Amino acid sequence: MSLSPIALRVGPWSLRLAPRGLLVCLGLLATGFAVSVLALSTGEVAVPVPDVVAAIFGRGSPMAELIVAELRAPRLVTGLAVGAAFGLSGAIFQSLTRNPLGSPDFIGFTAGASTGGILAVVLGGTAWQIAGGSLLGCVLSAALVYGVAHRRGVSGYRLVLVGVGAHALLLAVDSYLLTSANLHDAANAGAWLTGSLSGRGWDHAVPVALALAVLAPLCAGLSRPLRMMETGDDAAGAVGIRVERVRAAAVAAGVLLCGVATAAAGPVMFVALAAPQLARRLTRAGGVALTASALTGAVLLTAADLLAQRLIAPAQLPVGVVTAALGGVYLALLLGREHR
Amino acid sequence: MPRLTGSGLTLAYDDRVIATDLDVSVPDGSFTVIVGPNACGKSTLLRALARMLRPRAGAVHLDGAVITSLPSKEVARRLGLLPQTSIVPDGITVADLVARGRYPHQRLMRQWSRADEAAVAAAMAATDVTELADRIVDELSGGQRQRVWLAMALAQETPILLLDEPTTFLDIAHQIEVLDLCADLHEQGRTLVAVLHDLNQACRYATHLIVMRDGRIVAEGEPGSVMTPELVREVFGVRCEIIADPQTGTPLVVPGARRRVSRV
Ligand SMILES: Nc1ncnc2c1ncn2[C@@H]1O[C@H](COP(=O)(O)OP(=O)(O)O)[C@@H](O)[C@H]1O
Ligand SMILES: [Mg+2]
Repeated sequence: MSLSPIALRVGPWSLRLAPRGLLVCLGLLATGFAVSVLALSTGEVAVPVPDVVAAIFGRGSPMAELIVAELRAPRLVTGLAVGAAFGLSGAIFQSLTRNPLGSPDFIGFTAGASTGGILAVVLGGTAWQIAGGSLLGCVLSAALVYGVAHRRGVSGYRLVLVGVGAHALLLAVDSYLLTSANLHDAANAGAWLTGSLSGRGWDHAVPVALALAVLAPLCAGLSRPLRMMETGDDAAGAVGIRVERVRAAAVAAGVLLCGVATAAAGPVMFVALAAPQLARRLTRAGGVALTASALTGAVLLTAADLLAQRLIAPAQLPVGVVTAALGGVYLALLLGREHR
Repeated sequence: MPRLTGSGLTLAYDDRVIATDLDVSVPDGSFTVIVGPNACGKSTLLRALARMLRPRAGAVHLDGAVITSLPSKEVARRLGLLPQTSIVPDGITVADLVARGRYPHQRLMRQWSRADEAAVAAAMAATDVTELADRIVDELSGGQRQRVWLAMALAQETPILLLDEPTTFLDIAHQIEVLDLCADLHEQGRTLVAVLHDLNQACRYATHLIVMRDGRIVAEGEPGSVMTPELVREVFGVRCEIIADPQTGTPLVVPGARRRVSRV
């Protein structure tokens, strides 16, 4: 289906809308809504939808309020925000590197966040310290990767190569930390390492949702310049984009998004890789689509979490296991198809 | 003073100096063509003139102001650049790519005015890519793609346009088409600067010829007086004769044959 963009004009104002992109985003919102309803109403204890609504507005039974507002809702909000943050972050770095593998979960940023997180776990840190450790780890690893890859500007390809190396190195550090930790800490750290949304409360949901609320508008402002930069630095500079400035802002936003997301849910793999790729195929937009990537990330992660909770209920899987399994298959298909 | 000039330019990539103390000015309303051997610094000069490369010393002036002191979008409404190489984003259509040339004319709340639409349609018509509008750029031939890039630069509607090897990848028919289009744009009052490889085309179309070698301008002026056998020999190391182009009377460079075959 190829629909040409439509112009929306009122007086001196005008918008250019890609109908397909718009439809895809609406579809993703609807899917996200459906997943949310399922996540809030089903589970070990089924809560009928009207009771869910009542509980959200504080007029439900104490039981429903506990289950919906204190257990399921924060987990859902964390999932939505973390998924959107990973999707956005992935889209930003894939756009900057012009490479699907240039995702934060492959070029060492998520790995850096997990090393920081584990270090905090092993040192017996509180939830806040673990979150701080992973955010710091993410920023430091990004600085390291960019520092090493920098040679008269940073080419996307070199960034990916250096990043993959850093990723491997950081995984080795993680393993070392795990083996040298005591059994209890190692088990905790191991669970955190897979990436999980279980037991996430409002103290996890609020920081990542706030970070998203601040950084998403910034990303929206960067979206058009970033798309122009996909045609090359000179072509973008020629139409008046301050390439270096946009790149610095985009890297900062992308690293922070990846860092806060990992801080909240651990290093959930493949969402940052797959969401922008899926979004691009759905919207058929040229280049990377930020909004659709964020929505796809949110839907992917919450749907995967629903699967993780229900697949072998009453036993629960960490969501990272589900995304890694789905993502692995998807990556194989993606690479297989593109390098035929 | 001409609108676009560079004075005392030292151009370098890190520690690699390409040109020192280079002075250049683009005559207003000219069709300036830059020629010179590979790697002599033609693209580097063009990138400096378009503020893509910050000179190590000296400055580029646009309309009397140091170009880097002007707001970047403002510059982009006066001066356009078709870089020697650009990257085609995955899955982008021709119409979408050409539309991106309108960026400097747009704002957050003015993303697609009627002027944008008209400029894009005109640019696509001028470069003969209107029929390709819904095609994916990746899937076009090299020549078609080059015309799409040119359309993007035209859609920007700048009075000054710098083109780095606009005819590379094109067959002879499309080379002539692009050069004729440039000549039309020039006649409509735009100032053009193009890097070309074919000396004869350069002499035919240029109103002002700049000949470069090793980061220096070795000759410039009207092609009829600049292009001499001595210059071609000095700059390109090629022995040649120069005769009058039977179509236009401009210099026609005829390289010496490797061996003269005499027939009795
Ligand atoms: N990005 C770059 N980094 C380092 N050196 C470069 C870069 N671009 C060009 N050069 C070098 O600068 C010199 C001039 O290049 P260029 O201006 O592209 O030549 P031309 O366009 O005349 O063929 C060449 O020796 C080239 O290798
Ligand atoms: Mg060149």
